[in-house]
Amino acid sequence: MVHLATPDRRASLRARPGFRERIDLPRRVVFVAAASMIGVVVLLLAFIAWQGLQLFLKDGIPITQIFSAEWQPDRMSGTVNFGLLPFIAGTIFVTVVALVISTPLSVGLALFLSEVAPQWAKAIVQPALEIFVGIPSVVWGWLGLTILVPFLSDTFQQGLVVSLPVLGEVFRAPGFRTGFSWLAGSLVLSIMILPTVTSVSYDAFRAVPQELRTGSLALGTTRWQAIRHILVPAALPGVLTAVVLGMTRAAGEALAVQMVIGSSPVFPRAITQPLSTLTSQITLEMGNTVFGEPWQDALWTMSLVLLVISITSVVLVRVINSRRIAL
Amino acid sequence: MLATAPHPVPSVRAIDVTAPVVRDEASAATISIKIATEHVSIMYGEKVAVRDVSLQVQARSILALIGPSGSGKSTFLRCFNRMNDLIPGASVQGAVCLEGENVMDPEVSVVELRRRVGMVFQRPNPFPMSIFENVAYGPRRRGMNDRRKLEELVETSLKRAALWDEVKDDLRRKSGLALSGGQQQRLCIARVLATDPEVILMDEPASALDPVSTLRIEELMRELRQAYTIVIVTHNMQQAARVSDVTAFFTMAEDRAGYLVEVGPTGRIFTRPTERLTEDYISGRFG
Repeated sequence: MVHLATPDRRASLRARPGFRERIDLPRRVVFVAAASMIGVVVLLLAFIAWQGLQLFLKDGIPITQIFSAEWQPDRMSGTVNFGLLPFIAGTIFVTVVALVISTPLSVGLALFLSEVAPQWAKAIVQPALEIFVGIPSVVWGWLGLTILVPFLSDTFQQGLVVSLPVLGEVFRAPGFRTGFSWLAGSLVLSIMILPTVTSVSYDAFRAVPQELRTGSLALGTTRWQAIRHILVPAALPGVLTAVVLGMTRAAGEALAVQMVIGSSPVFPRAITQPLSTLTSQITLEMGNTVFGEPWQDALWTMSLVLLVISITSVVLVRVINSRRIAL
Repeated sequence: MLATAPHPVPSVRAIDVTAPVVRDEASAATISIKIATEHVSIMYGEKVAVRDVSLQVQARSILALIGPSGSGKSTFLRCFNRMNDLIPGASVQGAVCLEGENVMDPEVSVVELRRRVGMVFQRPNPFPMSIFENVAYGPRRRGMNDRRKLEELVETSLKRAALWDEVKDDLRRKSGLALSGGQQQRLCIARVLATDPEVILMDEPASALDPVSTLRIEELMRELRQAYTIVIVTHNMQQAARVSDVTAFFTMAEDRAGYLVEVGPTGRIFTRPTERLTEDYISGRFG
């Protein structure tokens, strides 16, 4: 005899009271966490943008003025002029030279680790890089201040370098007496960003399929040719991402840079000159200002400019990565 | 016996390559040995992967290596162009002679060796660049820059690989990765042909392809046999029977080391194998 399903049995498949609520609870918790994180970021951006725009809205400074080169923020010393150009240029210049020094080293090291290094060398270098990342920036600044700056001052002021034909003239420049300079800032930054750029480029090289390497070698190319013509082009988007990440980090670094660049708010003209960056100037002056006065508003504007620079970098990374997927 | 062979075998190829090399002048001229291995053993660290294999491959013939997984066929194939060099801990004993020259000699340039002994892999591995650049890759790396010559070489290579008609219209616009699996594999063959090899090694070249593409690759191999010496590893016994002139059967010993059971003309191996193990394998009782 066929046992027909009773209404009770059918009910057993239906959700019991309170079931939906139990299912939904974790989802809601996670949703709230995510939403509040986004909320904080949006508020932060809005706040900085609002504060950064006060210089133009409240204080009536024309927007073109921030692209002038005169930084005279203090009302006590007569006419004020909020020219941010020295700091924008300082940030860009210090970062670019740091990248020029750091990129070949980092990418070379990443290539070595990924393609050449024997297992034991990897076992040493990789943990070393991780420790490298963890060293606080104030330590780098301190090392720069106590070792690099005196070294630059001593070595390039006297001795062999000054007697060289062209290089000597550059390093005999008056600003370089102390060693605090654009060059010192870039050197410290280049060492700071080295591990980040190295490990991200390393991942990019490892992500290239092994079959492409063996494919090239099986055609009778040398290992160098396989690296040069297959590996590097295939990993290029990833390496560019690494460099942009390093760039963001370098542009945003305040402390270590401020300790060695000599904080001089003038437009930098030589690598031997002291200069100032957006971040270093903000840390230097934020204690001297009063809330609401144009000087402080100008510092907010500098934060906004910095934010625009880093958002641009993030967008750049995204664009590069989306291209990589398309490939 | 020849009548039962899966394809007509020219009488000159019906010679058992395991037999001592023929001494008399007249036959010696028609049989030239391209590759000979002598007591080749391959080790991964302490583990023996292939033990004591000696065989010979005639020029312009197809040798198929068959056998169960783990019998060392691919490992053995890779010692012909020293791809085993790339595996840490791998070592080879014995001699692999390409036209009488031992390729294991430390003086040998692996770059030159791999140009003469090309290789096609199990999974098609075109480079992420245009079809043209894929084929031109090998010649360019050895310094050929003349545009006209490269174009000519790319065209003949693609024609030989039976891919030209399908790709001639967008050689430079289309990426090698945008082709179908079968086309990609023929592109990889064209890429090898462009480096003007004498021997082509194929490591299960059709195992990742659909049946139609597989047949095309097999047809292509029969074509290429007229100019090149081909060694193919295959899991597909019908494939070995269809394309090869000589078949070598590998299996695993008790200690999991691969060894050569027997080698002979494909027609004979598939109809009257001398070894029990071979018969069991080809009739499906084992492996």
